[in-house]
Order: sequence, then structure tokens, then C-alpha cells
Amino acid sequence: MSAPKWLPALTSIGSLIVAFIIGGVVIAIAGGNPFATYAHLIKAAFGDIGVFNDTLVKASPLILVGLACALAFRMKLWNIGAEGQFFLGAWGASAVVLAPLLPRDTPGVIMIPAMMLAGFVCGALWGLIPGLLKAKFNVNEIITTLMMNYIAVSWVLFWVFGEWSESGFQMSPMFPRNTWLPRLTDYAAQIPQFAGLTLHLGILFGVIASVVVWFIISRSRWGYEIRLIGDNKQAARYAGVNIVRNTVLMMMVSGGIAGLAGMAEIAGVVHRLQGAISNNYGFTGIIIAWLAKLNPFAVILVSVLFGGLIQAGREIQPSGVPRMLQGIILFCVIASDVLLRYRIRIERRIERRIERL
Amino acid sequence: MIDWIVILQAGVASGTVLLFAAVGEIMAERSGVMNLGIEGMMLIGAMTAYKTAVMLGQPWLGLLFAMLAAGALSLLHAVVTIHFQADQVVSGLAINFVGIGLSMVLGEGLSRAGAVALLPSISVPALSDIPILGPILFTNHNPMTYLGYVLTPAAWFYIHRTRPGLHLRAVGEHPAAADALGINVYRLRYQYVFVGGLLAGLAGGTISLAVSPGWFSELTTSGQGWIAVGLVIFAQWNPWRAAAGAYMFGALRRLILDLQGPQTLLWFANPFYYMPKLGFFLQMLPYALVILILFIGSREALKKRMGAPAALGVPYIRGERGM
Repeated sequence: MSAPKWLPALTSIGSLIVAFIIGGVVIAIAGGNPFATYAHLIKAAFGDIGVFNDTLVKASPLILVGLACALAFRMKLWNIGAEGQFFLGAWGASAVVLAPLLPRDTPGVIMIPAMMLAGFVCGALWGLIPGLLKAKFNVNEIITTLMMNYIAVSWVLFWVFGEWSESGFQMSPMFPRNTWLPRLTDYAAQIPQFAGLTLHLGILFGVIASVVVWFIISRSRWGYEIRLIGDNKQAARYAGVNIVRNTVLMMMVSGGIAGLAGMAEIAGVVHRLQGAISNNYGFTGIIIAWLAKLNPFAVILVSVLFGGLIQAGREIQPSGVPRMLQGIILFCVIASDVLLRYRIRIERRIERRIERL
Repeated sequence: MIDWIVILQAGVASGTVLLFAAVGEIMAERSGVMNLGIEGMMLIGAMTAYKTAVMLGQPWLGLLFAMLAAGALSLLHAVVTIHFQADQVVSGLAINFVGIGLSMVLGEGLSRAGAVALLPSISVPALSDIPILGPILFTNHNPMTYLGYVLTPAAWFYIHRTRPGLHLRAVGEHPAAADALGINVYRLRYQYVFVGGLLAGLAGGTISLAVSPGWFSELTTSGQGWIAVGLVIFAQWNPWRAAAGAYMFGALRRLILDLQGPQTLLWFANPFYYMPKLGFFLQMLPYALVILILFIGSREALKKRMGAPAALGVPYIRGERGM
């Protein structure tokens, strides 16, 4: 007997509420007013169409990064390196414009797919290294992916300070318009309500990717292998599943999706390469994946919530509040998982008792 | 010119931080509980120690509070992983996020604190006169460095030569057997996770009050907690190897800084001086090296059939068959 479908969702919501209560206590201890803080959070994230637009802009990379984590975690492959893969994706997309791999005046219909491809490939390559090490030599992927994050940031800084620096500043020159992802505000001439709305095509990448990820996990043969490895690696090996190939492939796909997030952020929001392009998106993706219980559609919802947290958190004092809340949320989620498990076990015991009768 | 004595001396000091964290993690993992939250616990330790020193002017009290704060965080991990049987990886990550977030919230404004009472620098009278080793190991170090010298052999002796150490290994290798012998698996695991937390807190406090004094929010630890986790695997859960790795990484940290200073390097023009952007490759070095030593460590483990404590990461459920 398995738990009803609504129970995981309920525990996630319950743990969110508990997390916000605990967070409120900490804010009060730190000398803040939790009610005012939360009221401000809600207003600054979902208060009107303008800020909600900003929330969705923040959610766009989060969806992709959350999916990257959810996919890898489903195979019990701990890709903690989405942050680094995000940076490499951004770098790869920038290389298309800055190297330049394509002439500057290439039309957007060619330019943007090329940037997407470059972002995906670079993220995938960044995932390939820890993937190979894990698959071939059993090197702990948690630590290698994490170390790759630090290396990725230094790598991007190297280019931003050196080759691609705009007259000595720590950023590249602004990208030309043909590299920008279309935004709602670009259509303000046709639909006046869109004026000022910076929501870009990147959010569609996320929505499409979540359908694709759902299909892979739930409907494809590869997804079956992923789930098998995630649930019982030993059994999967006996069943003839190629663990080495799946591990490498998964790290690449997961890294590629995170890289695509980096590309979308560069082409949709920042329009140049610089050191500060990620609001800790890669790490937030880990929490999102877990809070969404690795469900690709739930990832979208949770990303919007966390996008709001990041968006509103920028003006909140003390500045660490969103980070702290994220941590407490993750903690409450895993603590609440025990509720799901205990329920199952009690039922099993009852079943056994019934059998004995 | 590059002064190797200075580099090694600074390396010993900053390596002590990694040593504390790694030995603490070895204790926890030997008992079967992996705590990936070292970075977060170190950060909360660094913040608590520095804040105490700012508010009360008491660095020693700061270290104590740092240990307790990180210890409290580690107990959260213990409850969730030991009693709730949550996944140790995810819980460790959560500890990280909580630790980072909490220390950012509670450490708000600390970076502008001004002059603060730090840990003193001490030279050991006779020993500091020994050529080469004297200046490296026994001159102008903070007391924690000397504690580090004692901690490594003590931890090794405790794990391998004492009765409680035997129990510790038993709980991590075969908890069911240990349980059958009357060892309280749950209690021991709580204890050693807590010890790991205390030491991570001490490591953090040592950073903010001695090695690189101050509070720079996340940059205070800048990934050292993760390097410590990597060191534990490289060290094959042996304190001696952890110490060797820790001091090596400590020296590397200083070497990276010093390499960018001089105009000539081994009679050649120093590329890091004339092209500062190459310095970013130097900054990658410690992290790349962690990957390399993990790779070496894993190959060695495969060859010698060594490895992690058998029950590492597996929650113990009393009365269930198997591990």
C-alpha cells in the first residue's frame, strides 16, 4: 500500500509553513520584525504585476537548475555542481558572441540557438568531468562537482578580467541586440500592457524542459533505468543496466540543463558576461528539487516561490534572510519526509498482522 | 623572493583549520554518519567567535561559543539522520544552507566592527630555536596551531588504541553487531556527530580570530569546509593522513598569495606578476587539487580494497536485518 498522492504535496506545504515560523523566530532574535519582514516579502515578490514580472524573471533560471538537480537526484547522483555548470553555460553562450564564434550581425534566429547549444554543451562538459570520475573511478561526485563550482567562477573571472574585459572593467562589453532573448516589453507596440515587463523567453525554456524531463523520467526507457538505479543500484546492475554509461550521460544532461539556465540568464537578463550573474541559483536549485519532491512540474511552482524569495530578499535587512529561509525550508522538508516513511511502515505492520490472522 | 619558511609557517597555521574540521569529520564518519555541513558549521563558528570577541572582548569565550553553536547545528543533523533516517547527503547540504544563512543574518554588520581582541601569538621557548623547524612550527603561532599538533596523534590513538575508539569503529563498520554487544549505537552516533560539530566550530573560530581575522560573510571560509570533507576521503579516515593533507593545503593557500608578489620567479620573469589575470588559475589550484587527490585516493582504495566505514551513510534501524 502506498501513500496517497496528495500526501507528499501536503508535507511540502506543511514544512514550508513550519520553516517560515522558525525563520520568523530567528528574525525576531536577530532584532527584526518577522511580520513586517514577511509582509514585505510577499508585497515585494507578488504585490503587483511589475514585481511579479521580476519574480518570474528570477524563477526562469531556477526552473532549469531545479530540473537539472531533480533529474540527477532521481538517479541518486548528487550533482551539487549546478552553480558551476550555470557559469560555464553562461561562458559558452558568451563565447559565441565575444570570441566571436559567429559574426556580430548574425540574425537572432541563428545566433540564439547557437548560444543555447554552446551553453548546453559547456554545461554538459563541466558535468562530464565529475561524471567520468564517478563512473570510472568511483570518485565522490558531491565533492568533485562542488569543487568544479569554484573552478568555474575563477574561469569566468579570468575571461572577464582579461580577454573579454571592457576597457579594464570586470565585465564584458554589452552584447548586441540580436543576441537578446525576446522579452514581453519588446512587444509593447502591439500590446501596450507589456510595456516594462522584462520577462523573457527563458521561462519557456524552463516550462518545455520540465515537460521533457517529465517525459524522460516517467515515460521513457532511459527514465526507467534512471529510476531503477536510483531505487536500487545493485538490482539495476543485475538487470543489465549500464551504470557507467548512465552516470556519465546523466551528469552531462544535468550539467547541460544547468548550462542552458546560464545561457538564458546571459541572453535574457544580463546581456554581458560578468562575475556576478548568479544569485546562488545553482545551490537554490538543490533545495527546489527537494521541495518539489523531484517532480518536474512541481519544480516550476517551487521556482516561482523561490524566485519571489530572491527578488524580495534583495531589499531585506539583514541581507542573509532569504539564504537562511532556504536552508530552514530544506531542513524542514527532509525532516517531514519521516512522516511519509512512518506512515508506510505502520501500514506494512498492519498488513503483516492481517496476514497472520 | 619567495620565502619558503614564511609559506610553510603560514601553511601550518591555516592548515590547522582544515585539520580540526577534517578530524571532526573523521570522528563522525567513523561512527557511520557523514556530515556534509562542515562548511556551514565552520561559518557559524567563525561568526559566533568573532561576534563574541566583538561584543565581550573575550576570544577564548568566543571559541567556546563557536564550538557550541556549530555543535548545536550538528545535533540537528544527528536528529534528522539518526532518528528520522533522512538521507545524510541532503541533510548535510541543508545544514550547510542553514549555517551559511544563519551566520549571514546574525553576522550582519560584523565586518565593520573595528579592532577586536584576537587569539595571542606564542613562540615555544626552546623549540623555536631549532633551525628551520623552529621558525616553521614553533614561532609566533596562535595556541590553536599547537593544539593541532596534539590533536592528530590523540585522535589516532583514540580511534585505534582505546576501547571507546574500538566501539566507535564497530558502530561505523557493523552497527548490528555492535548493538548485539551492548553498545548503544544511537548514543555513540549522536556523540561523534556532536564532536564533529564542535571541531568544525573550533575550526571556524580559529579562522575568524587568528588565521585570517575578521568576518567576511561567506568568504570567511571560502570552501575550506568542503576541502576538509575531501581530505577525509583522501585520508582514508586516518587522522595522520588528514593532517598531512591539511598542512599541505594550508601551505598552498599561502603559496598562491606569495606567487603573485615577486617580479622574478626562479630567475625568470614572473608571469603571475606581469599578467595578473593568470592569478585566477592559481585560485583554482586548491579546488583542482582536491579533485586530484580524491582521484588518487579512490584508485588507492580500489587497489587495496580499503574504503569508507562499511555503514557510512546507512541509517541504523534496530531490529531490522542487515546493516
